[in-house]
Amino acid sequence: MTETILLGSAMYIAVLIAVNFYRVAVGPTIFDRLIAVGLVGNNAVLLIVLMGFLYGRMDMFLDLAITYAILNFVGVVALGKYLESAGSEGK
Amino acid sequence: MIVIVMVFLGAGLFFLTVSTVGLIRLPDFLSRAHAVGKSETLGAMLVLIALAIYNGWALVSFKIFLIVFLVAVTNPTGVHAITRAAVRKRQAFWVREDDDQAHPTVPRAEEGS
Repeated sequence: MTETILLGSAMYIAVLIAVNFYRVAVGPTIFDRLIAVGLVGNNAVLLIVLMGFLYGRMDMFLDLAITYAILNFVGVVALGKYLESAGSEGK
Repeated sequence: MIVIVMVFLGAGLFFLTVSTVGLIRLPDFLSRAHAVGKSETLGAMLVLIALAIYNGWALVSFKIFLIVFLVAVTNPTGVHAITRAAVRKRQAFWVREDDDQAHPTVPRAEEGS
């Protein structure tokens, strides 16, 4: 019962990630794409934790999730600081 | 116990849905950042707290609360960094069509720009 609900939650989060890729592909400015990529990375952390519960190997998957969250944060902040100082007009 | 887990999980999935709908439906960048920066953080924290309660007292729950703390600190910071870059680049934002007196010096968001 609980396994089924966790599997359903993981599939629902995967669907949300697929919907977010619409804004990554279409988004008019580069800031829209960047914020959508941050959202996809954040949902992927939740998906990794749920997969750890489903496979029963929480110790390995949680270390992966912590690493992925830190890398997502560093990438988004670095791109934000770069775009703040770059010469493009945000197209 | 399982009822508490289901309530937290359902609320978290609801807020994740709210952030995705806001990202797809809202008209300009600043309102999309508004939708993503708060409801995504709350949704992720609720889902992770539900999984920690489901797991019980163990080292795994401590690691999950470490991820909760990490998400609560880093997600609004990242969204704020991108939004500050957009404001410094003078990104045009959306105003209502019939509202001529609202911010007359700020450029309007053109169609398709």
